[in-house]
Amino acid sequence: MRTDPEDPEPRPDHVHVEPVDPDVSLDVPAQRRELGPAVLAAIALGGGLGGLARYGLSGVIPGPWGFLLINVLGSALIGVLMVLVPRLHPLARPFLGVGVLGGFTTFSTYALDAVHLGASAFVYLFGTLFLALGATFAAMALTRKVFG
Amino acid sequence: MTALLVFVGAAIGAPLRYLTDRVIQSWHMTRFPFGTLAVNVVGSFALGCVAGTSPHLVALLGTGLCGALTTYSTFSFETVRLAEDGAYWQAFANAATSIAAGVAAAALGYALT
Repeated sequence: MRTDPEDPEPRPDHVHVEPVDPDVSLDVPAQRRELGPAVLAAIALGGGLGGLARYGLSGVIPGPWGFLLINVLGSALIGVLMVLVPRLHPLARPFLGVGVLGGFTTFSTYALDAVHLGASAFVYLFGTLFLALGATFAAMALTRKVFG
Repeated sequence: MTALLVFVGAAIGAPLRYLTDRVIQSWHMTRFPFGTLAVNVVGSFALGCVAGTSPHLVALLGTGLCGALTTYSTFSFETVRLAEDGAYWQAFANAATSIAAGVAAAALGYALT
């Protein structure tokens, strides 16, 4: 199946028109070919900028609740981005999705903060999870509605 | 100085996440996001390890590298996408495994150092 990379059909039934994840969709032939110096440079630059933005914002709102805001905000923005990606420049997904938003949001601090929080760890862990999933879902739905 | 260390660390962490995800996702044909799960768990462990070290190392390796190696936005998007497709069990498994393994890894890294 999928021997001809120019022919999008036939596809397994789980393949989406939109990419399945921002980092890689190896079952979409067009996305297998994107790896290159420009893509990696875009990801590195975007990641650096996203990391800086996270560092700056966590200085304004210190502690776990600042990271809750960062992760929920980044999760909302990726919902917008991933719906718009097919209309954008080919480097938009690597730069903005993998780079900026991937560098902006973080899982490691979320996990380590939960270790330090003790009794309120559950509220923090599940609060962030539900708000982030809700933000992504709502942002995708809204963006589809606006640009559909 | 700290901002520069964060930038450099994050500029290494983000492409490292991308390449790791590509390698891991190419190993299997399921849509379960093992790649993101792996970087999030490994990054949480690494952050736990460096958390108690010098401020410069924390900025470069902790805030920068581990911060950008791991991601919440992709984790959230992939989980929502699985749920949208009706793969509720996989969406639940992804969220539960990421959180349980990530927190355990961070705690282990922190305890070891």
